[in-house]
Amino acid sequence: MKRHAFLFSFGMVFIVFQACEHFEPVAPAENALLDGPVEGLSPAENIRFLKGDVAFNDDVFTASNGLGPLFVATTCGTCHPGDGKGHPFTTLTRFGQYDGTGNQYAHLGGPQLQHRALPGFAPEVLPDNVGFSKLTPPANTGLGFLDAVRDADIMAWADPNDNDGDGISGVPNWIVMKEYITARDGTIEHEGKYIGRFGKKAAAYDLHQQTAQAYNEDIGITSTYEPMDTHSGLLIDPEITDQTIHDVVFYLKTLKAPIPRAAHRDEIISGKAVFEQIGCAKCHRSEMKTGDSPIAAIANKTFHPYTDLLLHDMGADLDDGYTEGSATTSEWRTPALWGLGLSKFSQGGDYFLLHDGRAKSIDEAILWHGGEAANARAQYKSLTSTEKNKLIQFLESL
Amino acid sequence: MKKMYMISIMVLLSFTTIAQIDATLLKRVTQDTVAMKLNMDAVYNRPFLTMAKIPVALGGYVEANWQHLGTDGISEGHQFQMRRLTLFVASSIYKRIKFLSEIEFEDGTKEINIEFASVDIEFHPLFNLRGGIVMNPIGSFNQNHDGPKWEFIDRPISATQMLPATWSNVGFGVFGKLYRKEWVYAYEMYLTNGFDDQIVSNEENKTFLPASKKNPDRFEESFNGVPLVTAKVALGKRQVGEVGVSYMGGVYNKFQDDGLVIDKKRRVHVFALDFSTTLPFLSTWLNAEAAWVKVDVPNTYSQHYGRNQMGAFVDLVQPVFKGTVFGFERSVLNVALRTEYVDWNKSRFEETGTHIREDVLAVVPGLSWRPTAQTVIRLNYRYQWQTDLFGNPASKTAGFQIGFSSYF
Repeated sequence: MKRHAFLFSFGMVFIVFQACEHFEPVAPAENALLDGPVEGLSPAENIRFLKGDVAFNDDVFTASNGLGPLFVATTCGTCHPGDGKGHPFTTLTRFGQYDGTGNQYAHLGGPQLQHRALPGFAPEVLPDNVGFSKLTPPANTGLGFLDAVRDADIMAWADPNDNDGDGISGVPNWIVMKEYITARDGTIEHEGKYIGRFGKKAAAYDLHQQTAQAYNEDIGITSTYEPMDTHSGLLIDPEITDQTIHDVVFYLKTLKAPIPRAAHRDEIISGKAVFEQIGCAKCHRSEMKTGDSPIAAIANKTFHPYTDLLLHDMGADLDDGYTEGSATTSEWRTPALWGLGLSKFSQGGDYFLLHDGRAKSIDEAILWHGGEAANARAQYKSLTSTEKNKLIQFLESL
Repeated sequence: MKKMYMISIMVLLSFTTIAQIDATLLKRVTQDTVAMKLNMDAVYNRPFLTMAKIPVALGGYVEANWQHLGTDGISEGHQFQMRRLTLFVASSIYKRIKFLSEIEFEDGTKEINIEFASVDIEFHPLFNLRGGIVMNPIGSFNQNHDGPKWEFIDRPISATQMLPATWSNVGFGVFGKLYRKEWVYAYEMYLTNGFDDQIVSNEENKTFLPASKKNPDRFEESFNGVPLVTAKVALGKRQVGEVGVSYMGGVYNKFQDDGLVIDKKRRVHVFALDFSTTLPFLSTWLNAEAAWVKVDVPNTYSQHYGRNQMGAFVDLVQPVFKGTVFGFERSVLNVALRTEYVDWNKSRFEETGTHIREDVLAVVPGLSWRPTAQTVIRLNYRYQWQTDLFGNPASKTAGFQIGFSSYF
């Protein structure tokens, strides 16, 4: 009996120690995830990536470490779960600007509505009769690649006067650069303004500005870059270190680009052909190249974001009556389509597409297109159901 | 005001008691810790050692384990953990006056807590006064949490992460028991210091009652001056089991400071139902606890912090062998299964009307071997699904744990 017990006990422990990893959940396929670093980071860069990852996804803000008192979200990761698109729970509302003359409602909390507040404080409410846009938080993946595209390339894709006569006239959003931003090499200046490329209206010059503003306007966290408390309007001490901002910027820059799935399948190849045939690719450019970058893993790389980083007039249906920079109220920056098929896995199983999440399917999102995209929408409508299905399969594979 | 009168009366009564030595604690007592008693007896249902004729008994338990867990393909590798070392000191001050304390070192010395330090004065079996640091009798696990009594290495999530076990506070209260043939009727009621606003403002980013344990001042002063009420009634029958119903509630926020109103009073309510029995013929032990938490969270605050939570666990333990193993004549081998679930946020999103998820489900099969009733060696396999606020695909965690827990 003693021998059997010993053998049984020893055997159990041996099996558990030797085979434990085989009883643990396997990692999801790499192309099924949006988060994770770009390939080729050095060990030192991996360490910085991890620091930024913790700050972005794990740092929770409360009253004791600076949250609010007015806010929209309590962590960065809440708006970008799994580094994907956000859920309507964290939809941002921006208001009070109709043209390039600036925000007319800054005294009433513009440009961003902080509709949540710490206990004891009253959240902001939207002023009466003001133009506003609701903005679904975008996915973060591949942002470093977009950041490293040369201004000259963006200008080359612009066609403000529609010289090629295709009905599409992409233009950059010319914005005033924040004083704390260091311009990229080769940046292009136009009447004291610079090309914005991040945000639904392309109103942020780079990820540094985007990050510092998001901490401030979304979470109510001041920094040396954005020192104004959104509740009192006073300049107050930083509630986050410069190092944390830099770590998060590095994290965002080094998140991998989404990896397409099943790109070799016939339906996907056919769907891509339809995508190009009906003119989607004129704005949703499939291929770009980065310029030089201090991060070797993203320098001089060809990538496939399906955007042109330019503003396009999307018609009256998508005109909310709000804008930023030199964009008009009906102009939106072409959103990158990479990772589109994985959106619902960060949005709770449903699609919330377009700038404000109004479209519950890819089909619906296409049908909302107007303005410069009216022709592409008309061609989409004329497709057979098989062709539409292939197109949507292609978009979901990105 | 009524509560203040009650506290004053209890304190005054305690001064009138005449002390004598309780002889029972002068004996070397080793109790059978797996024998069924009411959960409220757990603090005394432990093996103690006495030294010579000193009216002080000592005891304690230790828990350590190895584990190898992975989440979605990423593992922290082999982890060796000293979960806790707990020391008991009990003393018979006088006849029907007892003192018992429990000091716990968790994760080495990462957390050192006085979990229990109270004086019990028995006026009548139905009326005992307890004062000091008491364990609030919410559910069963908080009262009956000693590691060697359980077949699982991890404590139940619903009892330790949703309910804040082990949850102790400074306060006073009364308890009593009534025996009628095979039946036992019991009650407990305490007024103690309570929660603070960390339960809706914490690093967990969700309504999290255990966050109040981080308040270092909670044994010195109440956060808001309003007592936390905890009450429990339990019913037990020999050969059948025990069922308990408990409530804990009070104001958790600071509604005024220095005489100035800074918020309205916001309350937290906790309800728990516990049940345990040993099934006839098979001797299968079944132990279950379910709890519900309701918190008044401001409407304009983040929906991250849920207004309603629900959690439960069910343990099944089946002895499969009793006899001599390695020379331990009365050893017992058990197979066990725990199923546990917590929904951290039972509300709906205001924006979409859909359910807020943020839940966790775990299944933990295991083997345990008890060479004696006071010592258990455990092998557990945990598989856990954790879903975020939005209901995105669950992250999966699984792996083996091997460890022991023993009274000493």
